Amino acid sequence: MSALLQLDGVEARYGPVKALHGISLEVGEGELVAVLGANGAGKTTTLRAVSGTVRRTGNVLFGGTKLRRRPDAAARAGIAHVPEGRGTFSELSVWENLRLGAYTRRGSVNEGAQRVFKYFPRLEERKDQQAGTLSGGEQQMLALGRAMMARPKLVLLDEPSLGLAPMLVKEIFDRLERMIADDGTAVLVVEQNAALALAHAARAYVLEVGRVVVSGPSEELRANESVRRSYLGY
Amino acid sequence: MKLKLSFEVLGLIALGVVIAVLPRFVSSFTAYELATVGMYFIALLGLSILTGYSGQISLGHGAFMAVGGYTTAVLTVNGVYGHHIRDIWTIPIAGIVAGLGGLLVGIPALRLSGLYLALVTFGIAVSFRQIPLKFDKFLGGTSGKLLGLLKTPFGLSATPNDWIYYLTWGIAFVLLVVAWLFVRGKPGRTLKAIRDSEIAATSSGISLARYKTLAFALSAFYAGVAGSLYAMARAYMNPDIFPVVLSVYLVAALALGGVDSFVGLILGAAAIYILQNRAGDVTGWINHLPHVNLNAQRPGMPDVIFGAVLIVVLILLPTGVGGALRRLFGPLTSRLYSKS
Amino acid sequence: MLVAAFTWTEFAQQIAAGIRQGAVFAGLALALVIIYRSTRAINFAQGEMATFTTFICWSLMNNGLSFWAAFPIVLAIAFVGGVAIERTIIRPAENGPVITIVIVTLGLALLLNGLMSVIWGGGNRPFHGPFSTRTIDVGGVPISVQDVGIVVVSFVLVALLAVFFRFTKLGLGLRAAALNPGSSELVGVRVGWMRALGWGLAAVLGAVAGMMVAPILFLDPNMMQVILLYAFAAAVLGGLDSPIGAVVGGLLLGVGITLLGRYVGFVGDTLKLPAALLVILIVLVVKPNGLFGRVAVRRV
Repeated sequence: MSALLQLDGVEARYGPVKALHGISLEVGEGELVAVLGANGAGKTTTLRAVSGTVRRTGNVLFGGTKLRRRPDAAARAGIAHVPEGRGTFSELSVWENLRLGAYTRRGSVNEGAQRVFKYFPRLEERKDQQAGTLSGGEQQMLALGRAMMARPKLVLLDEPSLGLAPMLVKEIFDRLERMIADDGTAVLVVEQNAALALAHAARAYVLEVGRVVVSGPSEELRANESVRRSYLGY
Repeated sequence: MKLKLSFEVLGLIALGVVIAVLPRFVSSFTAYELATVGMYFIALLGLSILTGYSGQISLGHGAFMAVGGYTTAVLTVNGVYGHHIRDIWTIPIAGIVAGLGGLLVGIPALRLSGLYLALVTFGIAVSFRQIPLKFDKFLGGTSGKLLGLLKTPFGLSATPNDWIYYLTWGIAFVLLVVAWLFVRGKPGRTLKAIRDSEIAATSSGISLARYKTLAFALSAFYAGVAGSLYAMARAYMNPDIFPVVLSVYLVAALALGGVDSFVGLILGAAAIYILQNRAGDVTGWINHLPHVNLNAQRPGMPDVIFGAVLIVVLILLPTGVGGALRRLFGPLTSRLYSKS
Repeated sequence: MLVAAFTWTEFAQQIAAGIRQGAVFAGLALALVIIYRSTRAINFAQGEMATFTTFICWSLMNNGLSFWAAFPIVLAIAFVGGVAIERTIIRPAENGPVITIVIVTLGLALLLNGLMSVIWGGGNRPFHGPFSTRTIDVGGVPISVQDVGIVVVSFVLVALLAVFFRFTKLGLGLRAAALNPGSSELVGVRVGWMRALGWGLAAVLGAVAGMMVAPILFLDPNMMQVILLYAFAAAVLGGLDSPIGAVVGGLLLGVGITLLGRYVGFVGDTLKLPAALLVILIVLVVKPNGLFGRVAVRRV
């Protein structure tokens, strides 16, 4: 199976500071893959390197073709990036946020929105509300819903559990799994909560200071002594 | 550090010598022209204190010059209770009046981000001419106010043109030293901190609004002095002596000259002089180019060139021509405001 | 301190005149706000851009076109010109401090002003607008057709823009790019082009304002200088980042200044302009983000 997303020796830097020292990873079609690691390991930067919001070198292949390093080009290619802090437009209404999600698509927004509302009925109730007035969980739902509106082939998800109550996190991950099953969307998720991520992801990569140190199926990683001690805490 | 300091002092001394001997080599009219350049230089020096050390711009320095000019006109012509004041004593008063004006608008505008100062001062530049029109009995309205002709005081033997030259450049020299001390001293260091990072400076407990307002008032003081000299030299004041575009020229000249290069400021002042007083000649020079035949009655070409140069320089050399020259020649050019 | 006998008919006429002025201020203020929102800078060349396009209209009319034939051509030229200005000279300065952009717009103002002198000569000339100056009776108050026309044209334009911003995808993209450029890129909005589009729209608004006031003011290269100050005051009054604020601020200022000039003897015609400056200063002291400003102004 040829991978949907393939990173090959990708490096990235913020000004003079190098954040990634040659990352190689793959995400298959419809696969949920997690990126784990401590703070500052380069997890977020890995996602940003894919969507082109950071200066990068090295190859990023998407669907077999080279991806241009421009965020709007990534979006047009079918990559929906839900950044840290969710990237919702707090001054715009929920409905407008969803319309923006479908910005790269032609045709009616309604059909896509109905699909989103099926997964997240709460958003329909709050359709005309300003996004900034939503609760944290609702905002995360909106961020996911907006990403779905683009009918992406790949969703990049940055710390979806951040600042949310455990119950809510579980709910969101369950919906995410349903989405993947229904649409065959691939997800590359960065997660601080390794136990949670390994419970849902098929495979995972563990980063340390900008390098992949361990990778493999979630089962294997859960069994891996050093991963367990460093990231799972038991 | 010590070496640099002595370098700067040497530069100042050299400038003083050049200023002192120059009239011996040029005509009296040229001395008058150079004096006018000196007045723009003083205004630019003031503007550089504001811009260079707080990162903000004033689009109203032409109007502050007008405040200075009208102060001198009123004090010499109307006098105070019938007592006419000799023109040179009005110079510091003109500066203070303009400085107080700066304080007045600086207090509300400078609490906010830099754009607001630009906006408010643009308002001053555009609306100031209404003041002499409104108070036409006192300030002469459109027909203006005639000042006494320039005379050489104290029985000195210089011609009036040489006198205004020495007076202007003498004052310019003193104000240059003041600016230099201001920049090297605590206020200067504080203002630099403001320019480099407002947030960092605030969190280290510096009262930004106070320093910025101080810089702006000082800067308006310089403009007032320049305007006073200009009114004396012209012996005439009306609303068109300091047109709106002069304020724009000043900011443009500062941006071109580079805020921290005084050679650049002198060049900028010369450019303003040419635009304001010799625009027709520039059109004539351009017409010497092959296949160019501009209408001398339509003197817009110098503005077109100036505007275009300004845009190109800002895009390509963000520190202005002066900054670019300094980077090229390093310590060869005199460094008034060192970056250290 | 009333200067003349007060009649309700005259008061109504003054209100009408104020609304006509306010409509023009509102248009230009809206242009400033659109640029402020997309570029975070104040466009000091807005007045010159407007006057320049009005001169183009004048030229077209001199070559035999009627006003309404020239009108769409001028708007198209303004739009392309605005986009071109953003792409060529604003974009390279975008990563620098805001002040750099402001100075670039000053350079543009000088350049355009000089260019107008070179091409069309300085001095002012009459500009024959599309509306007659005869008066019609509106509920017992005589109001000139020209005033009505100016208000209608300005408001049709503002309404069209409102529809564009609210209901079209491009309009939504433009708003998103102004609010949050980073997230906009992630959903595929071409932020750079949105900025250019904003400049194009601002140029169109300016062109309409210029063509509307030229019959009243006479056309010369500095025609919009004074109007620009009123537009600044209107924009600050409404909130520099609020399009609705620009329109409301423009109308309030137009009516307010007209009444002040008519009924306060000390102000008269002469001090209307300083009064506008005073409005700016008072707003900055009392309510720096204006009547409709969304975010508090960064205070340091």
